[in-house]
Amino acid sequence: MSNVLSVRDLKVSFASEAGRVDAVRGVSFDLEAGRTLGIVGESGSGKSVTSLAIMGLLDENARVTGSIQFEGEELLGKTDKQMSVIRGNGMSMVFQDPLTSLTPVFTIGDQLIEALTVHRSLSRTEAWDRSLELLRLVGIPEPEKRMKSFPHEFSGGMRQRVVIAIAMANNPRLIICDEPTTALDVTIQAQILDLIEKAQDETGAAVIMITHDMGVVARTADDVMVMYAGKPVEHAPAQELFHRTRMPYSIGLLGAIPRVDKVEKEPLTPIKGNPPLLIDLPDACPFAARCPIAVAACVQGEPELLPVATGGGQRHLAACIRADEIDDDARIGGLPVYPVAPIPESDLTRTPREQRPVTLEVRNMVKTFPLTKGAFFKRKVGEVHAVKGVSFDVREGETMAIVGESGSGKTTTLLQIMDFEKQADGDIIIAGTSVNELHDRKLERRLRRDIQIVFQDPMGALDPRMTVTDIIAEPMRAIGMDKDEVNTRVHELMDLVGLNPAHRDRFPGAFSGGQRQRIGIARALSTNPKIIVLDEPVSALDVSIQAGVINLLDELKVKLGLSYLFVAHDLSVIRHIADRVAVMYLGEFVEHGDVDEVFDNPQHPYTQALLSAIPVPDPDIERTRQRVVFDPETMSTRPATV
Amino acid sequence: MTNQMIDSEIQPPVGPDTTAERVPAKQLSKWTLYTRRFMRNKPAVFGIVIFVLLALASVIVPLFARWEVNEMDFLNLSTGPSADHWFGTNASGNDTFMQTFVGLQRSLMIALVVSIGVTVISAIVGTAAAYFGGMVERATLLIIHFFMVVPPFLILALVSNDAGGDWRVISLALIFIGWFFPARVIWTMALSLREREYVHAARYMGVPGMRVVLRHLLPNVGSLLVINFTLGVVAAVMTETGLSFIGFGVKIPDVSLGSLIGEGAASVTSAPWLFYFPALALTLLTVSMALVADGLRDALDPTSAAGGRA
Repeated sequence: MSNVLSVRDLKVSFASEAGRVDAVRGVSFDLEAGRTLGIVGESGSGKSVTSLAIMGLLDENARVTGSIQFEGEELLGKTDKQMSVIRGNGMSMVFQDPLTSLTPVFTIGDQLIEALTVHRSLSRTEAWDRSLELLRLVGIPEPEKRMKSFPHEFSGGMRQRVVIAIAMANNPRLIICDEPTTALDVTIQAQILDLIEKAQDETGAAVIMITHDMGVVARTADDVMVMYAGKPVEHAPAQELFHRTRMPYSIGLLGAIPRVDKVEKEPLTPIKGNPPLLIDLPDACPFAARCPIAVAACVQGEPELLPVATGGGQRHLAACIRADEIDDDARIGGLPVYPVAPIPESDLTRTPREQRPVTLEVRNMVKTFPLTKGAFFKRKVGEVHAVKGVSFDVREGETMAIVGESGSGKTTTLLQIMDFEKQADGDIIIAGTSVNELHDRKLERRLRRDIQIVFQDPMGALDPRMTVTDIIAEPMRAIGMDKDEVNTRVHELMDLVGLNPAHRDRFPGAFSGGQRQRIGIARALSTNPKIIVLDEPVSALDVSIQAGVINLLDELKVKLGLSYLFVAHDLSVIRHIADRVAVMYLGEFVEHGDVDEVFDNPQHPYTQALLSAIPVPDPDIERTRQRVVFDPETMSTRPATV
Repeated sequence: MTNQMIDSEIQPPVGPDTTAERVPAKQLSKWTLYTRRFMRNKPAVFGIVIFVLLALASVIVPLFARWEVNEMDFLNLSTGPSADHWFGTNASGNDTFMQTFVGLQRSLMIALVVSIGVTVISAIVGTAAAYFGGMVERATLLIIHFFMVVPPFLILALVSNDAGGDWRVISLALIFIGWFFPARVIWTMALSLREREYVHAARYMGVPGMRVVLRHLLPNVGSLLVINFTLGVVAAVMTETGLSFIGFGVKIPDVSLGSLIGEGAASVTSAPWLFYFPALALTLLTVSMALVADGLRDALDPTSAAGGRA
């Protein structure tokens, strides 16, 4: 088969204040029609820049060298005008955020027709008919009516379907998907991935799937390229890569992901440290500083991407000088590449749940938002029930997780607790104090000590203009703690969460995402709370960093006897960290119980659908699983179709 | 062959070091970055040099000049620039050189007082209204919107005329009519800040409301405040000179650039030096400040054209 795309030694660099950033440092691959290449890597690994370079969408100050041949035609050196002929026609792109990739002021129909008529001379009716056909193909019901709808009238998943319809409008030879499902809920993600597969079958196009999610790769990709610090470090067919991993970084990535399909309570294996800055990189293996099996030779020249003999009989490239020593079980000389840490344990973990004291109790929590009408005098015309009578309790040393998709009311539940919202027919009891009985500020402030929160976005949760000391000390100062005491405590806390106390005078901007989240955790711990509320604490982090934070949370829970109320949409993380779980759907708990019970034997059809939608980082399992879809009208499941 | 390698060269793996995440990337400090970006803007550097020279001159020149500001030289009535009177004299024999610099000093004083006052009041009112929300917000906005429909220049003229041209009263009046517009702009900026997670976090820690405003909201609109302040200086100089020009501002025996220009304008054909020297000083002052404000905006705003380029 001929190659649709063949990239040779692609290099991209940008000028910045700090010096030249080498974002992509030599990427080569070939892609045949009908095949899918998965590019995996953490943020800053250069995967998105590679795709933008192929599309010719990079900023003017980017320097691109090498060669990109699309159907035998060299793309580098073409003007923007020449590229416009190819973009949207020969190759098209699906972006991450469906909310912003459609123009809000034009109808869906207009945008589809524009995509068609820009490249082909079609009459108005022909374009209209083809658009209808495309919408039908991507599974939009009532396409005649929907053609005249505006983007805001569609849900996120529906919009992504439209974006895919536009991408396949002109039967492209290549579709680039840049994190196409990252902004979507899991059940929607499963549908969109199926749809991309369908679009590929329909058009026979080659697909580049860029993602950070190993599960998505396992599900969709034929070939996988793992990128690190702007360079591919391992490149092999999917099965080969997942089962005969040879590069320590890829092994680390796979080990760092919690699995939804496995009962495992052993700690994850985080990769220590952070990816290097891509400025003035020395001629050494960029992963050497983080690699558990690095030897002296690793820093004497950057290893090239060379074929490794794995016994799998397939072409397998890895950039590691010790790749030959690693075997299929990710062991080197009989020992695992990433040794496993022991499970933290204490008296508390051995005490049965019933004998532990309750730290947080929620009884029949209700929250409604009024629907108002009128510009000046707002009349109430109805109510939205965001939370409908939720009850649960959390005991000492326990993690209670609430899982649900966007709009399920899980964040509202958290905010109700944090706002100490008084309940008409229920109650919130925090460490023995009922919020219904809070009448003055002093009591309220005292209660704030017992419950603290860690937010999702590690950047947004820290004031960028305060030093780390000030950030961590803020809650202690708010309760009027002594100055010297505060200073020693800050030191202690930074040590506890694995930060260097010498960095206490730096600003949050100087830390990486994982470190910022650790600062957030240190701040939450500073008042010795009994319960910590965690709002998606790891979903904004890269997998290798995420594993470290999860392990830290696990360790702290045991060490300090904390309780967690954990809200997340990622069921794999929840399976790993939680003791009990509640599945929330439309403001109600549809299933609530012990985590292994719920995951292994889900009773409610919604839970079943949710569990079946999660991609598992194993191509063999992933491609043979039968997915089920939840039907809210009949409250039952049915097999998934596109 | 592989067996040999494994036997001889294997090194046991080391344990995962979760505490090793300790060396954060070396980063340019914020102020070096701002300075560097500001310095790259040549007009802005030129502006700041001119401004500093003008400010120094307005302080130093009156200390060493040969003539007192209200001293009359009856031998030189309305004479042009000469060795004795570098900028000439007016009809009463006052030295224009001296008067220009004293006037500059007075105008600068008013401008700084007004600009500081306006910035402080607008910043606190704007951010507090945004943070507290509800009734506080609605009441504040009502007052601001009320002020916006009142003709400010009229109030100003009435007040300053009543006070007999005292520069302190004029400054207060200028603050009074100047705070609400920037306050509204800052309110809109702070609206997005109050939804930030660190503001929520502070509230959930039990930090008192006003402290959240001062510690979290104000510093984060800081760049806007700096720019507002520099542009405020320009605006205050302009309003003050405008007032003095039409006779409502600073009055004799006190002089300001505005009153000098007003006097000079009457005799611009017969004694042009009376008009051109103060006017030149005024132009230099406002243009330099505007250049500085422009440079600051580009340096502090991460999305401006100066951002990212090396």
